[in-house]
This record gives sequence, C-alpha cells and structure tokens, in this order.
Amino acid sequence: MKPAPFDFIRAASVAEASRHLKQADGAVRLVAGGQSLGPMLNLRLARPKLLIDITGIPELTEIEESGDAVTIGACVTTAAIEDGRVSGRGLDPLASVAMNIAYRAVRNRGTIGGSFCHADPAADWVTTLFALGAECFVATENSKRAIPADQFIRGAYENALEPNDVLTAIKVPRLSVGGRWGYYKVCRKAGEFASAMAAVLRDPDRGIYRAVIGATHGKPILIADAREMQSADGSLKESAVVHFLESNGIANSLARRQQLAALSRAFAQARLP
Amino acid sequence: MVKYGIGASVLRKEDDRFLRGRGQYVGDFRVTGLQEVAFVRSPVAHARLKQVHIPERFRGAVFTADDLVDVKPIVSAPSLPGFKRSAEPILAAGKVRFVGEMIAICVAPTRAEAEDIADAVSLDLEELPAVTDMLAACEPDSPLVHDEWNDNVFVEFSENVWKDDLSGATIKVSKSIRTARHCMFPMEGRGVLAYRDERLRNLTLVTSTQFPHCVQTGLSECLGLSHGDIRIISPDVGGGFGYKGLLCREEVALAWLALRLAHPVRWLEDCREHLAANANCREHHYEITGYAAADGKLLGVECVAHVDAGAYSSYPVSSSVEAAQIANLLPGPYMFSAYRCRTAAVATNKCPILPYRGVARSGICLAIEAIMDAIAQETGLEPHDVRLRNMVPPEQISTYRNVVGKQFDSGDHPECLRRAVDAIGVQKIRERQKRPEPDGRRIGVGISFFVEQGAHGTNVLASWGRPIVPGYEQAQVKLTVDGEVEIHVGTHSHGQGHETTYAQVAHEVLGVEIDKIKVVQGDTMYTPYSTATWGSRSMVHGGGAVARASQLLAKRAAQIGAWLLQTEVDKVRVADGKVIAGDSSVTLCEVARVWYLQPQNLPASVDTGGLDVTAGYRAARDSGTFTYAAHAAVVAVDPATGIVEILNYVVVEDGGTLVNPMIVDGQICGGTAQGIGTCLYEATPFDTQGQPLASTMIDYMLPGATEVPDIRVLHMQTPSPYTEFGIKGLGEGGAVGPPAAIVSAVNDALRPLNAEVFDLPLTPERILTAIEEAAAHRQGAAA
Repeated sequence: MKPAPFDFIRAASVAEASRHLKQADGAVRLVAGGQSLGPMLNLRLARPKLLIDITGIPELTEIEESGDAVTIGACVTTAAIEDGRVSGRGLDPLASVAMNIAYRAVRNRGTIGGSFCHADPAADWVTTLFALGAECFVATENSKRAIPADQFIRGAYENALEPNDVLTAIKVPRLSVGGRWGYYKVCRKAGEFASAMAAVLRDPDRGIYRAVIGATHGKPILIADAREMQSADGSLKESAVVHFLESNGIANSLARRQQLAALSRAFAQARLP
Repeated sequence: MVKYGIGASVLRKEDDRFLRGRGQYVGDFRVTGLQEVAFVRSPVAHARLKQVHIPERFRGAVFTADDLVDVKPIVSAPSLPGFKRSAEPILAAGKVRFVGEMIAICVAPTRAEAEDIADAVSLDLEELPAVTDMLAACEPDSPLVHDEWNDNVFVEFSENVWKDDLSGATIKVSKSIRTARHCMFPMEGRGVLAYRDERLRNLTLVTSTQFPHCVQTGLSECLGLSHGDIRIISPDVGGGFGYKGLLCREEVALAWLALRLAHPVRWLEDCREHLAANANCREHHYEITGYAAADGKLLGVECVAHVDAGAYSSYPVSSSVEAAQIANLLPGPYMFSAYRCRTAAVATNKCPILPYRGVARSGICLAIEAIMDAIAQETGLEPHDVRLRNMVPPEQISTYRNVVGKQFDSGDHPECLRRAVDAIGVQKIRERQKRPEPDGRRIGVGISFFVEQGAHGTNVLASWGRPIVPGYEQAQVKLTVDGEVEIHVGTHSHGQGHETTYAQVAHEVLGVEIDKIKVVQGDTMYTPYSTATWGSRSMVHGGGAVARASQLLAKRAAQIGAWLLQTEVDKVRVADGKVIAGDSSVTLCEVARVWYLQPQNLPASVDTGGLDVTAGYRAARDSGTFTYAAHAAVVAVDPATGIVEILNYVVVEDGGTLVNPMIVDGQICGGTAQGIGTCLYEATPFDTQGQPLASTMIDYMLPGATEVPDIRVLHMQTPSPYTEFGIKGLGEGGAVGPPAAIVSAVNDALRPLNAEVFDLPLTPERILTAIEEAAAHRQGAAA
C-alpha cells in the first residue's frame, strides 16, 4: 500500500496552484488534508503524475466573519471547526456536524474544502453545506467566481470545478435567531460513513424550510420547501416522503426506510422550540 | 495475603514497554543491508496461470515458481480416513486458487519500489469459473478447486447415536444458520525478516508467529534444511488469535529468498493484503433440528453442517479442524441421548481457513443455543429455564458422559447460568418490554451458555491426526548468580501476558520477588521445543511445566541450603526466596552464590545438576479442561434503521483457579469484543467470481470503543481436579459466547414483529429485511 511515484509541489499561492494545474495537463491532483486522496493513492486507485499541496497557501486557512455569513477558507480543518474556530451567532450547526465526522485523527487533517470537492455522497459536509445554502468561491490564476453549493456538487464524486480551478473558500449564511437545525445520520458504527443522512433547516425569518437527503448514490436530494412533507399537525407525512424518495431514484426499500428514519429524526430536531 | 502468586492481579510486567511504545515487533528490527519485499498476488479467484511477464529492467528483482525449484509445497494432510490432500505452492504455478495467492516475489530497497516492480509485472491468466459458495460447491456440477479431486470436499465427519424413534416428539424445531467469513485482524499483521547468520551458521527468521518451533519444523520440511540450520525468533507479537498459528507461505518465501540473496529481506503485511487475501475464518452453515418433550427436555439433535475451508489445508492445523469440532462439540453442555450430525470441510476458491479464537465454537454455540431458544418458544418457558432443565447437575459433573462420550471435569453449570440471569436482570427486562420505549426501539435479552474445552492434551490431539501433535510442555527454570530466576519456555505470548503469569507460578513455588523473575520466550535457540500457544493451552501446560521445573529447582536449592544451614534436607523448606529450617534460613541468593562462585564450600556429594533445571508436565487427565461460561446481553434494536446497540453485557465464567484475575478479565473482554464483531459487524462478502468485496477498512467493519459496551465479568472458581493448581484454559471463551447471546437478544427484541435473523453478521439490511418480510407475511395472512 504505497503510492505509485508522483511529483510533489507545495504551492505558495492560489495563482501558483492554478498555474501548475494548467501546465500539468491532466494527471494532476490538488491535495489538502489527503484523508480521501491519501488512501486512494496508497491503493494506487489514483495515480496522478503531480500532486499540488495547497495547505500552505495562507488565504485558504482564513476565516472571515460578516454580519450575515462566515466565509471559511477551503483548507480549514474539520477539527478546527469542531474546536470552535468557526463559531458565533447562527453558526451552531457547523461545529455540531464537524464533531461527528469520522474520527478525530481524520478531522485533524481533513479539510472542509477537500471534503466538499471530493463530493462523496455520504460525506457530512456535502449534505450540510447543501442544507445551509452555502456558496463556493472558486479561483484560477486570473479569475474568481462563486458557485452555489448545490450546483458545485454535480453527482457522486463529481464537482463543477474546471481543470484550472481552485476552491478557495465556502461562505455559510448564519441562521436567524429563530432558525432551527436538524441533522441525523444512520451509521452502524461511530465514525463510519452513513448509510442514510438528512439535514433540515427551518428558518422562518429568512423564509427557509429546506431539507436535504444525503448518503444516496448521487447528488444529495434537495427538498426546497419541506412544508410539502408536513401534515397539518406538524408531523412528517411518511407516505409522501417514501413516494418522494422513490421518485428521486432511491429504489431500494431498505434504503428508503433508513432515509425516512433519518429525515423524520432531523425534522423532529428542527421542530424543537 | 496473596500478593504476587497464583490468584493475584499483578500488573503485567510486559506492559511497561508496550505502553511506552518500546515493544519490539518485526517492524522494529533494524538490520543493515535490508531490502523489502512486495508480492505479486493473484487478482482473480480461479484461473490457469499461463505466464508471468517480467519487464527486462526488473529481471533479478523478481522471482517466480520457476525459481523456487527445490522448495516443497506446504502440505497438511491429517491422517484421517478419506482426507484429500492439497499441496499449497509457495508461489502459484499452473493455477491460482484464490484472490491474493502469491505469484511472484519482488525485492527492492524500499517497499514502495518493490510495489512499483510488482505493478510492472503482468500476468497471463485464463479465468475459470470460481467456486465461491460451500453449498453449491457440493453439487455434482460444481467446478473443481483441485482438478485431481472428484469433488470439492476435503473430508467429512459424522456422529450417529440414534437409538430412539423421535418422530413422535412433541416438539420439533429447525433452524438454518449461517456465519460469515471474516478476517482475524490482529493489531500487528504478519511480518517476516530473514537473513543468514554467518556466525551461528543458520538461517534466521524473525517472524510474527504464535509458534516459533512449528515454523522451524515446517520450514525444515519445505526447504530440506535440518532444524539446526534454522533459527526462528518470534519477538513481541501484536495479537495472533490463530492468524499466526500456521506456517505461512510468506515465511517459506522469505526464508528461500534470504538463502538466495546476499542481504537480509523483509516483508510486512499491509492492511490491504490482510483484508483482500486473508479473510479466513468462521464461515459455517448449519441446518439443525432439535427434538424435545413438552416440558422442554431435549431429546435429540440432528445437524448437517458445512465449513468453507478455502483452497488449501494450512500447516499444521489442516482444513479439517472446524468440521471435526462441529461434529464433536455441538452437543455442548446439554444432556440428551439421540444425536446425528454430518459435517463437511469444503474446498472453495477462497484463502485457506484458519482456526480463529474459539475455533468453530462461536458458530456451534449459536446453532445449539438457537435450538434451545426455539424450544423455549414452543413451550412458553424462559430460554434460561429450558437450558437449566437440560444441564448436567453439579453432582454428576465429573462422571457424566455426554452423547459423544465427552466427560467434563468440575463445576456447577446451572449455578453459573442462574448468576448470569440475575446479573443481567432478566425479570426487569421482561417488565420493561411491556411498555414501549420512548425512542421507538425494541429491547431484547439473550443468554448463551457453553463449555470451552481447552488445553487439549496429547492424546486428544493425536486422535485428530495432526501432523504435529502437541507433546508435554517443558520449561527451563534457572536460579541466576544473583538469586534471581530465569524461565525459558517454548510457548509464545502474543498478548496473553505470560511474562507475568509464568513469573507468578514460579513465585508461588520459590517465593522469589516477581520483579526478579524473567521469562525468556520466542527464540528457538533458547527455548525448549514446543507446539506453543493456541487452544487455551499455555497456562495449563506451560504453567504446569514452570511449576514442575520450579519445584525441581527448589529441591536442588534445598539440598544446598540444608548443607549451609547444617541440617538435613528433609528439615528445610523453600519459601519467600529462602531455604528455611526452623528459625534460621539462607536466601536463594546466598545459595546461588555458593553454587556458582564458591562451590568449594559444598560437600563432594552435592548434586552437580546444579540450579538450572528443565522439567516437563502432563495433566493428570489428558482430555483437556472444561471452562464454562454464560454470556448475557441486553440490546436495543431500532426497527426504523435496523441498528443494534448493546445496552448491557455480563459474562459469568468459571475458569478454574485463576492465576491472574485481571489478565483473565482482559482475555474475556477482548474475546467478547471479537465475538461482538463476528455477530454484528465483521464480514468479507465474495462476489460470484470470488472477489472479496471488503478490501479496505471503509468496507470492512470492526467494532470500536463505541460499539463494545462495558462488559461486567463475574467469576466462579472451581479448580480442575486434574491440573497443577487447578488451572483451566480460558483464552478463547470470550469470543465464543457473544454471537449466540446477541442473536438471542436481537430475536427476543424482534419477536413482537414475528421477525428473526440467523445470518451473521446481523447487519441493518438483514434486520430490516426480516422485519419487512414478517410484515408482508402478516399482510398476506390478513388478506
């Protein structure tokens, strides 16, 4: 379990990283925490000719707060988020999700941006950033643009980055004072990838009642207006959910059962006063 | 006032280095000129191997079967009637028979470079249909694993004691049970370092093994060397569990390579090799039927069982062990008189099976306990009451012979079970089950009971036809010049704490301070030949030998001490590190100093055998010891997700006289964690082409700290009447009881839903499927 030979560059700036991406022409990978790419390299499933380490780029580990949002550098580790580097009003979901991702050793190195780019359907950040309505900032050597999180992920292990793009930061809106968050994942074992996962964001002040179902075979499934799944007494309409899951490609009845459980539990959390 | 002797929870002497990261494992050895090895392994389960292409630039760094001309294959053929031999090549030639089978050795200065070479070697393979299911493998149209056989069965066993006609029995219950193939996963994988020692004129292998001397014998056979030409060093070993109780192909390959090349070579197994090439335990299938009277009294058991033994027969344990054990041990602790059992060890295109901790018994216990639970259902009795009705009463325990003639040694089985029932609080759980749980989960309680025959003696193992029959364990015990004690044993601790427990035995006899007793193990140059550590045998046989040798040493010391005290030898005794006669005494240190440094002060008649003695041990009854235990579990099953959580777990065990209760607790808890893995998490599924589908730890699930509950261990201590100090073997039982207890608890929780599961592991998918099928069945019945 040793990787095939590769060249290694530690980029000092986003522009430099992007330039190397451009020059390398194909068999090149950016590496941040390496918690997914590392095993793939060791198993020789990924065989890039060049690895560009971006963790030494100062701006990628910055955190910038504004009144209604926080912008998290792509190379901020999950452990840093767990430990409260990103905290404050309306940001509680971030640390609470972070602390249940994999194991501390993984969180110590794994980054929010790396996980999001990897786009593993069962990754917590994928579902979470979808549900929070995050925005991704992407740069090349000489351009910058923003992509909404739900457009950044294209499918399982597929993101919207162009060959020279570097994900630089992720902007997460704050919850309003009355905003509520629900999150539940079904794992056989603490720290393992989930087999079902749901996030619910209920933020009446911003007019948001959104639910996201993750750990599917593809892109997370977005329920833009979760009120459709709710009966008059506020409980979840199970048959509507099952039908919705079915029509969104979750063909396996056991998977639907687990997803239903995850969603109803996330819903219940988000309904708490 | 027991402080350091038998029965004291002495802190483990070896833990000082382990906890400080100063242990010395194969990977810690530093040897100059060392090169690393990576293997080219078969990517497919069954194929003709037509050619191995080695790029020109790597010739000289790659070796194939064509190079290993003088090396004999590994053959483990027990002398059992009808056993079919399999020759396991060190490197495959002609045919590959499982994914991960070794095809070529690649050598380079670093492992990464060796893997680059392995990567560049290509194979010309003609794939054949793979034999992946042990039941289908027994069908007449199945492809053959070994072309020269006429079927895929290594060997069959049967028991048939069926005098009465039970067709009219009130109760007849049947179950189909399957246990999954999985990995043993010691913390340290296998590893081998091999070099030529020019000074000692031998081939030295530093290898992570449970039994250095057996590796020496196996290598001697494969390489045609004498035992004196081979030295095996087994340093600290990070867990074995049976995984390191065999002669490995890699050991033979590295030994050959070290003889061929001018520099030392090393191979360290990585996680991928372990997962993909070594899922080698526990895969059984049972069709079992129990007959009982209306009062729950068991009348008879019928069973047909299959063991997926894999492609070859491992040396020296062989592919037959588990199938033999099932036929012999299935009756368990219960009294009944009609028994029919047929078992088969079946060859498949998977890696060879090895006996994992508890060997076949976790499956056996699950099978017989499923029948006891089913009888409880039929009679309406509590499952533990059914068991109590069928147990051997304590007054008959040492005389009763069960349906296959097995005779226990000592103890009180019903009392053990009753203590478990009380400790887990069955009555309270029954009350709790009457109300729904606030979180919607369902609660269940389950108990398993089993007898753990361990420390089998020479006669028992000879009857299994093993190529290496364990003999009478020996120990060398020496009083050093400083009056300290050095113990040399051929058994090998791979986590059991022998450096502590053997010292406790010597302390018990000699009274020398425990810190001044050193245990030397793991080197064939310095230890008596031994079949080593497995099968819960070391404390009984090795400990017995340490006691015998210590007693002999005490006698020699007493002679010298008596002379120094100017008294008769029959007036002195050895205790507290002294030779004592009435109020006067000399220390063993003084005795040693006189013997080694001032022998002129001793009479001419002194025993010149000295203070360095070797003695052996045979238990008074050679059939093994019979530890027994009850495991009790309370679980919560989430019917919405299929997830099981263990809420409470109790073990009540009678392991005879306990040498070190703290170490015993560790053994039981560690074993139980593995049993929880077998029951709930661990599995290596294979696809129809024989590809293992869990080849990384993303797909292979081990229980972790959050999945293993606090295990409460309660002891009974009924000494064995047949062993030194009354010690019984107990290293494996922890892993035997959990599947039966947890399956019973989960099915208890699922009972209101009419669902039950007997397919291990109990995955959420299997539990949800059982729930859905039961619901569909109810709807069907309603419609």
